[in-house]
Amino acid sequence: MVCAFLALVVLILVFKSSYLLGQRSLADLLLTTDWNPPRGRFGLLPIIAGSVYVTGLAMVVAVPVSVLASTYIAEYMRGAAQHVMKSFVDVLAGIPSVVYGMCAIIVLVPLVRDVVAPAFGVNSTGFCVLSAAAVLAVMVFPIIISVCVDIFRAVPQETREASLAVGATKWETTKLVVFRAALPGVFSAVLLGLGRAFGETIAVAMLVGNLPRMPASLFDSAATLPSLIASTYGEMMSIPLYDSAMMLLALILILIVLAFNYLAGLIKKRFERLQLGESA
Amino acid sequence: MRRGRIQEAAFTFLMVSSLALVTATLVGIVAVVLIKGGPALSVDMITETPTAGYYLGGGGGILNAIVGSLWLALSATALAFVVSIAVATYLQREFSTPRLANAVRTVLELLWGVPSIVYGVICFVIMVFVGLGTSLLAGIVALTLLEVPIMTRVMDESLSSVPPELKVSAHVLGSNRAETSVRVVWRQAAPGLVSAVLLAFGRGIGDAASILFTAGFTDFIPRSVLDSAAALPTMIFFLSTSPLPEVRERAYAAAFVLLALVLVISVASRLLTHKLSTYVVK
Amino acid sequence: MSTPQIMARGLDVRIGKHHILKDVAVDVPPKKITVIMGPSGCGKTTLLKCFNRLIDLTENVKVKGKVIVDGQDIFAPGVDVIAVRKKMGLLSQRPYPLPMSIYNNVAYGLRIHGTRGHDTLDAKVKHYLEAVGLWEEVKHRLREPATALSIGQQQRLCLARGLAVEPEVILCDEPTSALDPVAAKKVEELLVKLKADYTIVLVTHVLRQAKKLADQVNFIYLGEIVEQGPADELFANPKETLTKEYFSGEIGY
Repeated sequence: MVCAFLALVVLILVFKSSYLLGQRSLADLLLTTDWNPPRGRFGLLPIIAGSVYVTGLAMVVAVPVSVLASTYIAEYMRGAAQHVMKSFVDVLAGIPSVVYGMCAIIVLVPLVRDVVAPAFGVNSTGFCVLSAAAVLAVMVFPIIISVCVDIFRAVPQETREASLAVGATKWETTKLVVFRAALPGVFSAVLLGLGRAFGETIAVAMLVGNLPRMPASLFDSAATLPSLIASTYGEMMSIPLYDSAMMLLALILILIVLAFNYLAGLIKKRFERLQLGESA
Repeated sequence: MRRGRIQEAAFTFLMVSSLALVTATLVGIVAVVLIKGGPALSVDMITETPTAGYYLGGGGGILNAIVGSLWLALSATALAFVVSIAVATYLQREFSTPRLANAVRTVLELLWGVPSIVYGVICFVIMVFVGLGTSLLAGIVALTLLEVPIMTRVMDESLSSVPPELKVSAHVLGSNRAETSVRVVWRQAAPGLVSAVLLAFGRGIGDAASILFTAGFTDFIPRSVLDSAAALPTMIFFLSTSPLPEVRERAYAAAFVLLALVLVISVASRLLTHKLSTYVVK
Repeated sequence: MSTPQIMARGLDVRIGKHHILKDVAVDVPPKKITVIMGPSGCGKTTLLKCFNRLIDLTENVKVKGKVIVDGQDIFAPGVDVIAVRKKMGLLSQRPYPLPMSIYNNVAYGLRIHGTRGHDTLDAKVKHYLEAVGLWEEVKHRLREPATALSIGQQQRLCLARGLAVEPEVILCDEPTSALDPVAAKKVEELLVKLKADYTIVLVTHVLRQAKKLADQVNFIYLGEIVEQGPADELFANPKETLTKEYFSGEIGY
């Protein structure tokens, strides 16, 4: 009964979203670059490309920073300080995306428009891939950090002691042993962050410019899957096939995000089995 | 001379910088909201709805959004609570088979990661199908869908971490499965259950994507469940980019209120959890 | 008796509010098996951790007193902790293999202390695996993860790993408590064999094991040394009441 409800939700998700596809072939949709609904053109490539760029750039920044920060929190901080830091991260995770978006509009957009872009000799409105990626990176930090810290703490203390007992330094122990043991968990944390980043709608919609064209540079406006869906609110009903196109976008979005999260879950389970196996 | 001293120093520098960066962003965001939102707040702002000409710089406040948000989030959380506690309890071993429980948990985990805009889109589709326009009801449904996986997951974790010996002790004293659940298990898991509810509430009140298409937006306080409703997140979303500074002020004020709410909930969650833990068996 | 390799004097350890070790004095003679025994929770592991300064890792710990190893107080300020730890091998209660292959577990210590060269490493790994009697059992599966071994094999692997950095002392914390009797016997026989080249400090609460292996015995109860001396004397004629009660089984394990 209750599970049927859940299954129903899942089904509705997948099924209802797949309206379109009636009129155009899938390949045609995915590969053409012209997105112009009033003219009946629905090339999805620029939007998918936009998602890949923004998410990719965000992750390139977020992953090293998050992993480094987590390592410090888990291995080099103790007791009360560690607790405070973890709380900080939790608070960061709870801030609504609109607030991130708004702060970025106030601070980041002018910065990019007036300082960064001109430094590269480029004209930009500030609403571009770079701004969106920067905010997205910040939003992903707490997700990766909180999972990673837990993963590190799950490595048994005796394993560290075993390494130190043969005369390794703390850094060697952290780098060669703890990290090694935690690697699958870190992987799954990154995938989780990736899924979140890919699906982030509001903050990106506020910053990326919502221009469904292939971005030629970081300073161009672009569109991501979720941001485009959000920004076409209101226009959907008037243009034929437009709403179906939105459904298709939503379908692709959810399939990709679900794939990431599913993978992350698989890796995490395998990691847990490994850990339990070791101390058996 | 310690081996790898340079490498260690370099990496320590990187680690600390990363941590500093993360901390700085938190501080930065709070600071921006305070600096911009603080001055924009006034008694009028919180107690008035927008007047005509509001978006052209006229008077009025954000009451419509505050009320709308509260309606949406409270109702959705209440509904989600009923569903979640039922599902989470059901998942415990005495009520379901491991296979079923595993399947449901997998589904929940997948649902947890679904971007909120998708929930908004689905509800939008249903709305259109049913013939409704944007409404408070649709928004509540979308938010509930968003909150259920989050709430259920945390509840499931707390209920699962109740030591089985506790349940056995209760049974030995003669209580049946239902009694045990409510009186013993829920009590033991109370801190976790409460934090689940507050966590979901915090998430729901801050979400814009799911209510964008469903609850719509309006200048008025919704009078019935079928009216459109404004909410703090959607207000911020729409007004941040207005060319008029007075209108942007409203967005900042709304952000201030929203952030304050979220932070208060976060702190309250911690305090309540702590307080409820007095009787918890470790 | 020759000069002790390790001398603990006035060792006093507090963890938080608990007074774990109270003014402990212990002598560990070289190339002999010194047993530290007593009921659970009496500070045996803490004492052991003081010898290789792993006690530093415990939160809220306060250590007073001296531990003199080869004439140097290892708790003096400015002491190179890494060098101290290199001198002391550690065998824990449950085997904790590093998350790598069998080969790399043994090679770990070698690599971090600078041994390079494929052939050198191969030879050394083989040597130490032979020393613990594991070579024949694992020589064809060196690249498998260490966790693929049985518990008894893992424990011997941990011993090989510790020996690879050429310590002078081997600290053993109830090394057979997680093992079945067959594996336990193998480890005990190894310790007797290793005594020729290494000083061994063995913590145990198994009377049988102590009687079989000990050259020197220290009986510790609730953080205090109750009685200590050569094994034959102590087992034959315990002087303190507490010691007698412990041996007769009246006070706990």
